[in-house]
Amino acid sequence: MALLQISEPGLSAAPHQHRLAVGIDLGTTNSLVATVRNGISVVLNDAEGRALLPSVVRYLADGNVQVGESAQAMQSEDPINTIISAKRFMGRGLSDIRDTLGVPYRFVDAPGMLQLRTVAGVKSPVEVSAEILKVLRARAEEALAGELVGAVITVPAYFDDAQRQATKDAARLAGLNVLRLLNEPTAAAIAYGLDNASEGVYAVYDLGGGTFDISILKLSRGVFEVLATNGNSALGGDDFDQRIYCWLLEKNNLSALNAQDTRLLLTRARASKEDLTKHAETSLTALLSGGETINSMLTRQDFHVMSQNLVANTLQPVRRALRDAGLKVEDIKGVVMVGGSTRMPQVQRAVAEFFRQTPLTNLDPDKVVALGAAIQANVLAGNRSADDWLLLDVIPLSLGIETMGGLTEKIIPRNSTIPTARAQEFTTYKDGQTAMSIHVVQGERELVSDCRSLAKFDLRGIPPMVAGAARIRITFQVDADGLLNVSALETGSGVEAHITVKPSYGLSDTEITRMLQDSNQHAQDDMLARALREQQVDAEQLIEAVENALVQDGAELLNQAGQTRIRASMDGLRAALQTADHQAIKRAIAALNDTTVTFAQARMDKSVSHALGGRKITDLEGV
Amino acid sequence: MPVSFNFQQNFFQLFGLPEHFRLDNAQLDQQYHALQTQVHPDKFAHLSEAERRMSMQMATRTNEAYQTLHEPVRRARYLLGLRGVDTQEETNTAMPMDFLIEQMEWREAVEEARQSGDVVELEKLETRLRHEVQLLQELLAVKIDDEHSYAAAAEGVRKLKFLEKLAEEIVSAFDTMDN
Ligand SMILES: Nc1ncnc2c1ncn2[C@@H]1O[C@H](COP(=O)(O)OP(=O)(O)O)[C@@H](O)[C@H]1O
Ligand SMILES: [Mg+2]
Repeated sequence: MALLQISEPGLSAAPHQHRLAVGIDLGTTNSLVATVRNGISVVLNDAEGRALLPSVVRYLADGNVQVGESAQAMQSEDPINTIISAKRFMGRGLSDIRDTLGVPYRFVDAPGMLQLRTVAGVKSPVEVSAEILKVLRARAEEALAGELVGAVITVPAYFDDAQRQATKDAARLAGLNVLRLLNEPTAAAIAYGLDNASEGVYAVYDLGGGTFDISILKLSRGVFEVLATNGNSALGGDDFDQRIYCWLLEKNNLSALNAQDTRLLLTRARASKEDLTKHAETSLTALLSGGETINSMLTRQDFHVMSQNLVANTLQPVRRALRDAGLKVEDIKGVVMVGGSTRMPQVQRAVAEFFRQTPLTNLDPDKVVALGAAIQANVLAGNRSADDWLLLDVIPLSLGIETMGGLTEKIIPRNSTIPTARAQEFTTYKDGQTAMSIHVVQGERELVSDCRSLAKFDLRGIPPMVAGAARIRITFQVDADGLLNVSALETGSGVEAHITVKPSYGLSDTEITRMLQDSNQHAQDDMLARALREQQVDAEQLIEAVENALVQDGAELLNQAGQTRIRASMDGLRAALQTADHQAIKRAIAALNDTTVTFAQARMDKSVSHALGGRKITDLEGV
Repeated sequence: MPVSFNFQQNFFQLFGLPEHFRLDNAQLDQQYHALQTQVHPDKFAHLSEAERRMSMQMATRTNEAYQTLHEPVRRARYLLGLRGVDTQEETNTAMPMDFLIEQMEWREAVEEARQSGDVVELEKLETRLRHEVQLLQELLAVKIDDEHSYAAAAEGVRKLKFLEKLAEEIVSAFDTMDN
């Protein structure tokens, strides 16, 4: 933490020191970690030289957890405790999962997000994802021989707020400092664009295992600007497997398979799908638990027919994204293909036909997202300042609130560049009304019931007035991660009530703590020790930074009382440091940060105005 | 190129642009990028909480300013606001009769194309609408920048708002055809 050590915005406080940061592609099927080494983005392999970590987590009765290949090998044998494609469940309730056919888990419907019952207890998709992230973090810390400053985690561009929040929670649970959530197609564009020094408008078509994204980006010198994005967060290679699976059931007159057989046939289906990318036909054989044998031939032709509407379904979001960007097919200079499912020839053909050009596949579609994320992580960690580039991304879905009659009032439209904020005024509809329910939703539909519900909260303490007299100002702020914060303020009478909510799908700090406590004691001790060490380092750095800042600018920017307040707060932090209680230190750091906000802003103004050519800027009252 | 960040400045001042409706889009883009390069949260990710918060506020305002100036209707509304003129889009519904009749005809044509799933016709309508919008915008430029007749300009904004709604209907018609 480098509070107040500002020279110029965008410059690291200690530019000479390389800060370890990684990009993580947390995929439905496979996950990867990459970093920038000697100026080049590279994927970090495991000890066996494998880059891709299958996103599979197996829970064992003894409390151990297997992640990756070893878990994947057990998926047919132990389907209930071996969780694959957990990303599909992130930020989702049971009612959101349309198709549980062929999904062998024991779901538990929990408020906000579904959970899975395993031999090791009930697990949330956030915990499952955190297991994958922990393995990648360990891989990176080993390879880089040091602790990570932070990570950029990628998410499908079409992920809504609940799914993003869940991803961020998973990263926190894995002990990662999230520098940014980055949209997957945007990450791909960074890797691709910087590699090819491209200019013009590009489409990134990303079809992975469980999600589909399309983003339209304008690349100009040093700027990546997302013009529009669209997609389907429940469409991917898994669905192609499903088609083959259903075909198998029908062809062999099978019904009501047990979990093991279901998983076995799905695995075979996926293998034959991948086989058909290279070959005109493939055979599917399996020995079911009841002793029956399956032996079927599948031709590429038949597979294309049974999956053609899936391919067609990807083109609808493509058309919408183009329209939102105000562009026509002929405006697109190149199409970048991302995700394992874009290897399927019928997908390549459909995309080529639609865009009337051969898609670009010169970067490995499995790795390009992680490579781009690493480049961004390197910048965010403060390792680069010269030859900088700028990334301007958008939110994928409109944000709004429920109004009378169950209708949605859009407050921030989709494809708005982030960060962004909008405020809108509402009023009471009854005389003497002292409370108001605020229901935050995300989606494009008119009816609230067709949109995703993100949060509900009450604004209380509105002074009684006649209907329509109160002025309730609702502010939506979306940050650079695409995450929403909502606040409501009653301004009509000068009496203020104020509340800030996090969407209900997000885990609270107590829930995260609970989950951390669930993990075994040993790991917990490590964590506590680590937390304490981190807080101590932060505290010492902060004290030093504030001392320096006071010496440099204290007299100029603060009056006597202001200086005294900061000194007192600093003494509080010094006292907390003696306690070896990381929570206490954290609170004291927060307190000192709070006391120095105005000072920090004044210093920032000073430095920004310096950077911008010496003009006097911000009047602090206006901030 | 001196850019400056001041929360008190209006959107034109923020980008160092003249307060005109006619706008050099390339210049706006360039100024926007230059300013975001200074204030965007990506440049502050490794700094303290207070600095990150400040950056988010500056970048948010920069985006708002850009969106407002980039879209002609919003730009006109904003500029008229700076001149103390309210465009009365919610309250003033007294539109010229021939304009309203024209709107009805447009709506019927869009609805017809939607019902019959006629993509080609819808595309034609879209092209025609874009042309109309262009003409109205040129008129706005004359009213605001040359003649300073703001009341007439406010009516122009109200008309454009109608056409915007129409454009939205065309988009939603395209969307239903996709399904
Ligand atoms: N050669 C291939 N042919 C067809 N599909 C493939 C091929 N290779 C990988 N896939 C599919 O790609 C999907 C995984 O893609 P990936 O980009 O790793 O997904 P995710 O980003 O969701 O983790 C799986 O559905 C897998 O079956
Ligand atoms: Mg992917």
